[in-house]
Amino acid sequence: MENVSHLLSLITFIPLLGAVIILFLNRECPETLRWVTIVCMLIDFVLSLFVYFGFDSSIAAMQFVEYYPWIPLWGISYKVGIDGISLLLLMLTTFLGPIVVLACWKDITVRVKEFMICLLFLQVGMIGVFVSLDLFLFYVFWEIMLIPMYLLIGVWGNPARRLYAAIKFVLYTIVGSLLMLVAILVLYFMAGKSSGIYTFDLLKLYDFAVPVQAQFWLFLAFFLAFAIKVPMFPFHTWLPDAHTEAPTVGSVVLAAVLLKMGTYGFIRFAIPLFPNAAVDAAWWVALLAVIGIIYGAWVAMVQADMKRLVAFSSVSHLGFVMLGMFALTTQGVEGSIIQMINHGLSTGALFLIVGMIYERRHTRLIAEFGGLSKVMPLFAVFFMVFTLSSIGLPGLNGFIGEFLILLGSFGKFTWYTVFAASGVIFAAVYMLWMFQRVMFGEITNPKNLNLKDIDFREIAVLTPLLIFVVWIGVYPNTFLKPMEPSVKNFIQHVEKKRAAIMAMEESGRQFLPNVERISLVSSVTKIRAEK
Amino acid sequence: MIPVPEVNLGGVLPALVIGVAGLLAMLLGLFVRKGAVAVGAVIGLVGVLIALMVNAPLRLMNTTAFSGMIALDTYTWFFNMLILLSVGLTILISMKYLVDQGLDLYEYFAILLFSAVGMMFMVSGSHLLMIFVGLETLSIAVYVLTGLLPGNTKSSEASLKYLLLGAFSSGLFLYGAALLYGASGSLALAGLAKYFQSGSVSLMALVGMGLLLVGFSFKVAAVPFHMWTPDVYDGAPSPITGFMSVGVKAAAFAAFVRVFFECFSSAQVTWAHIIWVLAVLTMILGNLAAIVQTNIKRMLAYSSIAHAGYILVGMAAGTPSGAAGILYYLLAYIFTNLGAFAVVTMVGRRGEANINLDDYRGLGKAHPALALAMSIFLFSLAGIPPTAGFIGKFTIFSAAINAGYIWLVIIGVLTSAASVFYYFRVIMKMYMEAPDAEPESLQFSPSMAFALSITVMVVLYIGIFPTTYLNLATESVKTLF
Repeated sequence: MENVSHLLSLITFIPLLGAVIILFLNRECPETLRWVTIVCMLIDFVLSLFVYFGFDSSIAAMQFVEYYPWIPLWGISYKVGIDGISLLLLMLTTFLGPIVVLACWKDITVRVKEFMICLLFLQVGMIGVFVSLDLFLFYVFWEIMLIPMYLLIGVWGNPARRLYAAIKFVLYTIVGSLLMLVAILVLYFMAGKSSGIYTFDLLKLYDFAVPVQAQFWLFLAFFLAFAIKVPMFPFHTWLPDAHTEAPTVGSVVLAAVLLKMGTYGFIRFAIPLFPNAAVDAAWWVALLAVIGIIYGAWVAMVQADMKRLVAFSSVSHLGFVMLGMFALTTQGVEGSIIQMINHGLSTGALFLIVGMIYERRHTRLIAEFGGLSKVMPLFAVFFMVFTLSSIGLPGLNGFIGEFLILLGSFGKFTWYTVFAASGVIFAAVYMLWMFQRVMFGEITNPKNLNLKDIDFREIAVLTPLLIFVVWIGVYPNTFLKPMEPSVKNFIQHVEKKRAAIMAMEESGRQFLPNVERISLVSSVTKIRAEK
Repeated sequence: MIPVPEVNLGGVLPALVIGVAGLLAMLLGLFVRKGAVAVGAVIGLVGVLIALMVNAPLRLMNTTAFSGMIALDTYTWFFNMLILLSVGLTILISMKYLVDQGLDLYEYFAILLFSAVGMMFMVSGSHLLMIFVGLETLSIAVYVLTGLLPGNTKSSEASLKYLLLGAFSSGLFLYGAALLYGASGSLALAGLAKYFQSGSVSLMALVGMGLLLVGFSFKVAAVPFHMWTPDVYDGAPSPITGFMSVGVKAAAFAAFVRVFFECFSSAQVTWAHIIWVLAVLTMILGNLAAIVQTNIKRMLAYSSIAHAGYILVGMAAGTPSGAAGILYYLLAYIFTNLGAFAVVTMVGRRGEANINLDDYRGLGKAHPALALAMSIFLFSLAGIPPTAGFIGKFTIFSAAINAGYIWLVIIGVLTSAASVFYYFRVIMKMYMEAPDAEPESLQFSPSMAFALSITVMVVLYIGIFPTTYLNLATESVKTLF
């Protein structure tokens, strides 16, 4: 099956191919450009369906692995693969691709060519981040996606503050990621010096036991990069600006996928590479997560601008994701991953909805609206469902994620969980209050009297999202099952590796060459595998 | 009987070819009434191509010629290649420039080629006097090139400033060499190395080493010896500014690295500290000062200071991988920065009237290809993958981390995060702001288009597939250790 083995590379680079094709197309006929983009995205999505159905959900190991030496001098390889953790994020990314293109069909009319190229490049970077299994490769993809996002905000954003928001986004991200690069290099040389094998291969580095003291610093650098991306309180200040100023689809991609790169980074890199530091820091990270949940919700409550409100709700929702992840229990981590997907679907959809209102009225101020449900009944239905999903109403997706997270973290962080649960209530307050002010009551503003209800294209944009919002809410097993072995393996790996390193340091054999540490960890892994 | 020194002209053949080409350009220029630019450029380009060919055998050599004055090794080969490439690209860029400015000067190419001769002797010199002669040849040629714009006071001022400060730094270099000779009795790098290995190093020799360091720091524009850079880079004709920022820098670093790694490696503990401080100052000041510039040439001048700082990080590391990093970095930097200066030359138009950042507003709309090229160069300068600049920074920073200089690298990455701000500002001007008035459109010339496409392709290609070039760099520094 020669084709299958290249599936992930195909998925990663088809958007790039699309971008190159568009580069040579005439900018005068935007329809063609849009069609090429959407076809690329659709092909990508179909290919990712092959991955999904070909994925063996009974094993935890990496699948669809491709490996080619890239810069052998430094042990850098092109290595990609997915497991149950990245599978869903990959699917989310490819699933949103065509939706995003469809959503901006009429919205973006200037410089369509550049816009489509940016979208496709962004797709390459995002997919690349989720599939790479080599730290260097990961870093390259991580940085690549910065450029198109910068352009999306800066070129097509709101005229008033787009430049400020764009550069703020870049600077925040790059400071974190450059420090992460230093940490990657330190880890590389540390592992190389003690084992003699210099490699950026993530799976090999998993088995390397970093001394506890070094773990602290390395984890800190990774934490900074990912926490800025998530964003966690207090590193979140770029987010409301970027979201508010970005064009609708920019916000959608930013919220739905880009932020997940941060949370994914924790689960794939920061925690398994530095388990001791992660466990030691869990208490603090969870504290920041809970502050984020409550702070985000409170600030969202007082926003006058709908988009800013949704942006702050992201801070709150991602606090849940982080809380569940750092509980390091099966339910917590599973809930955290599901919540990543949920947030992608619901918040993405809410940004689309706000965008649709904005297209009609060119304002997003809540005070400008009221009674829209009378003139836009169909729109009201979609808006209601996504609002409820964001709140976490049972039967819709948000509930599953938040419930699992709270369940998983209660044992570890009882008080945090209590406070975090209040975030769900606040969410109901700010979301429903907004919905009420915008959609219900009498139409007070005459400008709103003649608004058109959503058309066929807009229904086509929202319906797929709606299907999954309900699907995850009603039957989450479809999505939980493939990730279960990987999540269990992740937790076991963290615990075993942590225990092994602890035992080593406590027995006073710190000066042991790391080679022995590695062999110990791998023997633990082996024993586990035999079991 | 007077001993006849062995003469091996084969080793210096590339420099000879370029020298002959320079003389030819000068001679033929006398007989050409119109189109002297084309004649000079063609002679120059042919000379560069031939020189590149005759340079090839050097790669496999490891010997010296002219009684140990000249080193014929892979290191020389690599830097000869860099210099020839930068001269070739500069010629391509200059053709359009000279025509635009209405200057029909054949001397321009002759002097450019002579400066390359100086550079090639400088990078191959294995004797301090040889290095000095090369340094002076290249410097005098570049002083002239800087002041070549007739009737332009900025250009003349830059030339004079460069001459004065350059003479000063040459003096320091020479004085350092004299002190070293006084202490060790030798000016050959091999002899100096032996002296420094002997263990009993006198204070005089250390002072001499320090003065050499200052002399080289002037030439590579390391803080606090950078004062001349912004004015000179601003005043010189744009292609020459590009040439200075890559060619002169590469040659100066080649000699700097060769002298310090070959002779003073046993005193590395001493100079590594100084280089550490220089690197930090250079990275911080270069990047911070670049942020506040409104003139793109001055901005690129400060950025080139900052890049000298990154290269110094590789020197501080003092390891073979650090040196290899420097070589790769310079390779990447040559293509990136010359490409950027090609765009600056294009946009500058007649009389270099448009060299402010605001002149780049709307370039993305008016000339998408040019703006795309500029963006790629800027990404490479900022060190964003998958460009050559990223791999360059990566090699140097990883070498420094391997040598234990973690703080130096942290300062380096933080300053390079600051650099993103000013590089991206140009992109912001190009794509996100509209010009006040529609500027007259730009005319591509074939030579310029060729130079731009080559630089763009190389910047991307060696950024994505760097293995071959990294191996070459690694192979080239072997003779130093």
